Amino acid sequence: MSTIVFIDTRGEKLSKAAQEAVTYASQLAGGPVTAVTFGGAQGLESLGAQGAGKVIVARNVTTLDSQQLTRLVADVASKENATTIVCVSDATGKALAPRVAARLKAGHVAGVTGLPEGGLFRRNVFSGKARAHVQVTSAVKVLSLMPNSVAIAHNGGTAAVEEYNGDLGAARITVKEVRKAGSGIPLPEAELVVSAGRGMKGPEHWAPVEELANLLGAATACSRPVADMHWRPHHEHVGQTGVAIRPNLYIAIGISGAIQHLAGVNQSKVICVINKDPEAPFFKAADYGIVGDAFEVLPKLIDAAKKLNAER
Amino acid sequence: MKILVLLSQVPDTTARIAFTNDNTQYDGNGVTFIVNPYDEWYALVRALELKEAAGAGSVTTITVGGADTEATIRKGLAIGADDAVRIDAQPTDALQVAELVAAYAKDKGYDLVLAGKETIDHNGGQVGAMVAELLDMPYVPLASKLEVSGTTATVERDVPGGVEVLEVGLPVVLGAAKGMAEQRIPNMRGIMAARTKPLAVVPATPVSEVARTVKFELPPAKSGVRMIPAEEAGTLIELLHTEAKVI
Ligand SMILES: Cc1cc2nc3c(=O)[nH]c(=O)nc-3n(C[C@H](O)[C@H](O)[C@H](O)COP(=O)(O)OP(=O)(O)OC[C@H]3O[C@@H](n4cnc5c(N)ncnc54)[C@H](O)[C@@H]3O)c2cc1C
Ligand SMILES: Nc1ncnc2c1ncn2[C@@H]1O[C@H](COP(=O)(O)O)[C@@H](O)[C@H]1O
Repeated sequence: MSTIVFIDTRGEKLSKAAQEAVTYASQLAGGPVTAVTFGGAQGLESLGAQGAGKVIVARNVTTLDSQQLTRLVADVASKENATTIVCVSDATGKALAPRVAARLKAGHVAGVTGLPEGGLFRRNVFSGKARAHVQVTSAVKVLSLMPNSVAIAHNGGTAAVEEYNGDLGAARITVKEVRKAGSGIPLPEAELVVSAGRGMKGPEHWAPVEELANLLGAATACSRPVADMHWRPHHEHVGQTGVAIRPNLYIAIGISGAIQHLAGVNQSKVICVINKDPEAPFFKAADYGIVGDAFEVLPKLIDAAKKLNAER
Repeated sequence: MKILVLLSQVPDTTARIAFTNDNTQYDGNGVTFIVNPYDEWYALVRALELKEAAGAGSVTTITVGGADTEATIRKGLAIGADDAVRIDAQPTDALQVAELVAAYAKDKGYDLVLAGKETIDHNGGQVGAMVAELLDMPYVPLASKLEVSGTTATVERDVPGGVEVLEVGLPVVLGAAKGMAEQRIPNMRGIMAARTKPLAVVPATPVSEVARTVKFELPPAKSGVRMIPAEEAGTLIELLHTEAKVI
């Protein structure tokens, strides 16, 4: 019986999501776990701090080909006698975790948000409007962890790094080009998000929204019509048909709070709503609210954020 | 080109969420059901566009569900699918659905299998990838653009912090996301034609039972909003720092 955790370690540094997944896996196992990854990542031994006893890395795999990676995870799982396989519920994990589950005839819980209670895993369904408690009855379990669900552990250990040398077959997917989008904080991982809607009247008015976000160290987001009208890039669109996020703080400016918008943001820990209409439905979902004109409120928030930054 | 589109039925996006039978079942009473938006707007419409551009081929939809899904299946036919398959089983778990779809699709020679990015009720985003594994095909999730030339598909997909452009040989399974196509509204002719298009009902084959939802619950209600006067808007930042402790 052991637990393995698959993480995507491409990128300059180990992602927050990867560190969260290792932390979660080791909390679940109650001890060290085996992390599995691919590509050229360095500094993998530091995952010991999150609870990895060992990291197995397939250096010769560089593209995210879910078939190669599925063989990798299934092979490590069988060698390690794994009964639990943890992945991250992100673009990489979405291609991989269900495949691994189908290959091993294992139950998969997509988007777990915490440790099991009474053997049941909790996940959000109906776009965050309800939660489901799932029981996995197969011998092997596959769990995909939602970003921002656990606090990263720092225990100071060092993991042993081993290279994987098995045959994973050829990649059937070739990556032609990678286009970076946005500021660097991927929206699903952002802890703080400043978002604005049609109430901003036009793309030329986004400077104060961005300034506030910068001062707070937050990512920016928007409602769907704003992306549809090309005021903002599509990757910023949050909601039922856009990105679903669960940051610690979501500030919504000039957004009415339609149910499809709420579906993507209602898991945020603290929600602040700024809207000139006191009847805007968003206030019902808010922790803090300001009824006022965004163009008057934003400069006040910016001043206060500058003051706070100067104090700390 | 032979294309299979996975269509699922979900409650309308504005539907009230409630549960019955001691919170073990979704209460569909009085709820309007629709085709899952990702399946309809993106997967199905892009499949039709590719068929139209090629001037040949077929688009078949497949749904795992009871007889109550036939109205939404007809919607897919009205939009333009050539024929539809319904596998007669109540969906209970992603692997069950995937095994049923794969058992049907195996040996039928589909060049392209399109699923939605996720269903808006279960939000799992799992079925497409599972079907791909069971059919031994590559899978690309969160696909926002799809072009096909000969036996190669060029796909754009969202990855953390950007977009990847990739090439993959057919056959392939994709999870369709926003951007792949524009929603089509069925016209009168489509709706009339849909009534007589073939809808085959196929019995379920045996499947694995690996997971089940034991109960549902509604999230705890917010304790109430704290209003701050607009003139003192700056207080919000202080409260977020000292009271909510999120900044
Ligand atoms: C199937 C489906 C899926 C959808 N998916 C999504 C989704 O994923 N994400 C999403 O966001 N939407 C989605 N929508 C659209 C959604 O229903 C709403 O239409 C949309 O969220 C509204 O965007 P908004 O709040 O920016 O604009 P509006 O509804 O126009 O609201 C603008 C708000 O700004 C306020 N305002 C105006 N001027 C000011 C000012 N000067 N200062 C302060 N406040 C001001 C107004 O009082 C109003 O409340 C979906 C719809 C459907 C049917
Ligand atoms: N019961 C079903 N019948 C047919 N296709 C389905 C069914 N459930 C899910 N799918 C397909 O799989 C995709 C992902 O679903 P899910 O894994 O439930 O989020 C959906 O967008 C559909 O294309």
